[in-house]
Amino acid sequence: MRISEEQVRYVAALANLNLSAAEIVRFQAELDGILEHMDKLNEIDTTGVEPMAQVLFAAEETATLRDDVVVPPLGNAAALANAPQSGAGYFKVAKVIER
Amino acid sequence: MDIPSLTIDRVREGLVASRFSAVELTTEALRFAEAENPRTGAYLHFCPERAVAAARRVDGRLARGEDPGPLAGVPIAVKDVILTKGVRTTCGSRLLEHYIPPYDATAITRLESAGGIILGKTNCDEFAMGSSTENSAFGPVRNPVALDRVPGGSSGGSAAAVAQGTAVVALGSDTGGSIRQPASFCGVVGVTPTYGRVSRYGLTAFASSLDHIGPFARSVSDAATVLGVIAGRDPSDATSAAAPVPDYRAAIDGRVKGVKLGLPREYLKDLTSETGEVIERGVERLRGLGCEVREISLPATGYAIATYYVIATAEASSNLARYDGVRYTFRSESSGTLADLYRNTRGEGFGAECKRRIMLGTYVLSHGYYDAYYLKAQKVRTLIARDFEHAFQQVDAVVAPVSPFPAFKLGEKVDDPLAMYLSDIYTITGSLAGIPCMSVPSGATRAGLPVGLQILTRHFDEPGMFRLAGALEQQTS
Repeated sequence: MRISEEQVRYVAALANLNLSAAEIVRFQAELDGILEHMDKLNEIDTTGVEPMAQVLFAAEETATLRDDVVVPPLGNAAALANAPQSGAGYFKVAKVIER
Repeated sequence: MDIPSLTIDRVREGLVASRFSAVELTTEALRFAEAENPRTGAYLHFCPERAVAAARRVDGRLARGEDPGPLAGVPIAVKDVILTKGVRTTCGSRLLEHYIPPYDATAITRLESAGGIILGKTNCDEFAMGSSTENSAFGPVRNPVALDRVPGGSSGGSAAAVAQGTAVVALGSDTGGSIRQPASFCGVVGVTPTYGRVSRYGLTAFASSLDHIGPFARSVSDAATVLGVIAGRDPSDATSAAAPVPDYRAAIDGRVKGVKLGLPREYLKDLTSETGEVIERGVERLRGLGCEVREISLPATGYAIATYYVIATAEASSNLARYDGVRYTFRSESSGTLADLYRNTRGEGFGAECKRRIMLGTYVLSHGYYDAYYLKAQKVRTLIARDFEHAFQQVDAVVAPVSPFPAFKLGEKVDDPLAMYLSDIYTITGSLAGIPCMSVPSGATRAGLPVGLQILTRHFDEPGMFRLAGALEQQTS
């Protein structure tokens, strides 16, 4: 077994994901099967191989740099328009500091 | 007006000859699409006001004698993961059911500047995670070719709309095959360009190092025209490529004699026999046109699924962290503390496949597993990219199947996530390497299910890819 229900609960907490008891049982079995397949990666020798984080092409080193020019921002109202709760120009969330 | 038979050229000819105005065409296309849509559920919603406003601009340009643009009046469907200002963009997720983006994706801006008319937004797997469009919170899409079968995924709605004739062309997104596989299943052309060729600005992020926007069309030529419009450097996406955009359509010149094609032997062993036969016939047709076909090897292929599902889920777990109940419309009713608000919102909002991938991605990035899974997968990704580099020293293009089998029945694979992942094998390698790849219709099984042939070329060699696809299309139709 590659992953236990205890680990599933731990990972769900890291991911801020509330899972039901049934989901924990199901994900334990499914993730275990998927991770078993992923262990295939151990078969291949990657000694001295550089990791690839991004697709790169031959380009000038500064190809992605641009002039630092101010452009109009989205604006407060537009940025808040999809908030489930907002007020006084801010996103509103549950109180985190008691006075 | 026969909407399903329209092409980009026919729309243009009709407008220039004043047989119809852009507003008339748009009104009729919307009427037709809304009437036909219930058969497949390809569209989630339409945006008639925006479409008619865009059509008025095209008519205005024509009236003033100006160039109306290369997509003038063309009815377009857009996958609902691509942001449209003021038009609901759900990503197929309960979490974003009421989300109205405050800006347009760059690809959208470019389509409309070129005279394109966006009719509406198409259904897809939630946050583009899936291979059948069954993971949408708003129900599945039916394949217009066989209504009891899936259209493929994740861009199933866009592929279905183009196949059904309710759009002339469409935009999809592809992270591991989400354009090519549904194109193959629905019998249309689907293009995943070189990574960075089309700006990702305004494409809802799934796996940033693998995400692409690309076109669907009923012809290679129309797909090439759309790509020409949306490609090019965009200051809003630092990974967009500065390389000049060639005339893709001009590349479709039939001159494929002597082109060297590689057939990867690793791709031919798990095919269902009928799919294999269609692919073989497609390759034979290319050989008949004077292409030289040889067998090649892409030895790291067997590790591609594991590599992809480590990297893509790791990136997804980071990208989906933003849906926490603070900024994006949906918030759980049961939220005591701020931590509860995050956890309950995400637990209630995400569907099963998104949760599975968030869990997997979080696990492979977590302490103690990062080196074993994530770093290892990144190294294997290098080997997969090298496989293609080596192949392109011997051949000009790689030809391959898109999927091991044609469109499967709704519900057939939904309970076996690993089996669903394994079916992505032939599309994932090109995605990991970031090379251009496309699916072009190559025939059908005896039951009439379409099968696409995949063509993969060097970085930025979309012209070579379109040339081959165009030649094959001529032979197939």
